[in-house]
Amino acid sequence: MAETIIDVSGVWFSFNGQPVLQDVELKVPRGDFLVIIGPNGGGKTTLLKLMLGLLEPTRGTVRVFDRAPQKAAHRIGYVPQNVHVNKTFPVSVLDVVLMGRLRAGKGWSRHNPQDRLAAQAALEQLGVWEVRSRRIGNLSGGQLQRVFIARALVSKPDVLFLDEAMASIDAQSRGEFYKSLADLNRTVTIVAVSHDMMILSSHVKSVACVNRDLHYHGSGEITQEMLDAAYRCPVDLVAHGVPHRVLCQHEDPRDD
Amino acid sequence: MIEALQLEFMRNALVAGILVSLVCGVIGTLVVVNRIVFLAGGIAHAAYGGIGLAFFMDWPFVAGTTSFSLLAAAAMAAVTLKAKHRADAMVGVIWAVGMAAGVILLDLTPGYHVDLMSYLFGSILAVPASDLWQMGAIGAGVILVVAWYYNDLLAMSYDDEFARLRNVPVTFLYCLLLGMIAVTVVMIIRVVGLILVIALLTIPPFIAEKFTGSLRSMMVASSALSCLFTLTGLWLSYLLNLTSGATIILVAAAGFLLAHIWGRRGGAVHRDRIPATGPSE
Repeated sequence: MAETIIDVSGVWFSFNGQPVLQDVELKVPRGDFLVIIGPNGGGKTTLLKLMLGLLEPTRGTVRVFDRAPQKAAHRIGYVPQNVHVNKTFPVSVLDVVLMGRLRAGKGWSRHNPQDRLAAQAALEQLGVWEVRSRRIGNLSGGQLQRVFIARALVSKPDVLFLDEAMASIDAQSRGEFYKSLADLNRTVTIVAVSHDMMILSSHVKSVACVNRDLHYHGSGEITQEMLDAAYRCPVDLVAHGVPHRVLCQHEDPRDD
Repeated sequence: MIEALQLEFMRNALVAGILVSLVCGVIGTLVVVNRIVFLAGGIAHAAYGGIGLAFFMDWPFVAGTTSFSLLAAAAMAAVTLKAKHRADAMVGVIWAVGMAAGVILLDLTPGYHVDLMSYLFGSILAVPASDLWQMGAIGAGVILVVAWYYNDLLAMSYDDEFARLRNVPVTFLYCLLLGMIAVTVVMIIRVVGLILVIALLTIPPFIAEKFTGSLRSMMVASSALSCLFTLTGLWLSYLLNLTSGATIILVAAAGFLLAHIWGRRGGAVHRDRIPATGPSE
């Protein structure tokens, strides 16, 4: 078993007195491709923000690379859910990606040549180097998503967090997008949040369902028990003709 | 105009207008892209309390007003960071309380009452040379601070959550920005008065945003536009014998209208340096 790089232990989180997460345990090993699914409002994004250190747990601990998440920030890449914020902002694609190279207390100094080379490499890797000088608001949804992934990758992180990364990508490009994630996964641990179960492609290595509590499955399959527990009602599993079966056989109680 | 420049107050007014324009372009840009125009308005109006305090305590204008508006800015920073969803109402309260305090303090000040209109609508023609040095120092300070933190301010303004993840001191920068707005406001009150501060802080950056491709160029363009409006307004007010602050704002508004019409006709959209590739939007 690879070393554990993210350790969520006994975490509770409440917002305005409402419990959002209860007693969540999650260990993510190095090299994992974990997808966190669950209903809207089930606490997926909250769990992600706890792992990023943007939120503090009410109880319990979150450790990333055996440190507080804020202390591990330089090893973390993050692609936020809403990439359409501030579309009128006067900033070029290249400058957005360079934000990923910011370090605390840099002050006066401009971005150095290494920063620019890293930004070029990340943009080329995601196939959006050609649009580097465009204003950020002039990109299509898919290009925007790639630019934000480039911004997350430009600091050469060891773990990449994606929040609803599929939202801006049209159906035709998804297969290609999964493939580029799988390529990335050879060197980078990936944790992706999605309410869309289509993300469970063959590249995914493990799945967790979150709906206030967390059900973890050490392989890329969802079981009926996980879904029933997570969604609190029987959910039908329908495989959308994916080349391999990600959904295990289940029994319909009405058959008994 | 040449004969006007032979008058000392006219020369001072010109220098004051240019100084204010430079700072306005820089801070106004940050105000507009961070969408804190209302908050900046609150600080400007609360500064009236500072004017009252300066007269009541017999302090110099800049010292009294700056300290009071910094206090108002600190209160607003605390409110907007702690209770974001109620921030607008709280800003409204501070806005009104500051003005009311100013009125009462002036009531309580014995003796001759200054012409309050000059603080409400500006008195660019009455800026003494000593004030120019103070304004120059404040302006240089603000521009240096923005230059020092430029990349961090850009990241915070564009996506504060991501900036926080990159260990950018977002809370500190936000408080710093409100503090810089406070001192800038005190500077601008001299030129267009506290009622019109908001127009000078927002109109030039709002026009510049459409034409520029980076925050830096937006700041430069805003400063240039601000200079153009201020000097044109000053000249018109001299020619037509009108109140200078209000004339400056009307010139800015005319510029805004022209830019808007030009933008509507398709000319104003920022052109990328590299032709579009890939799927069109």
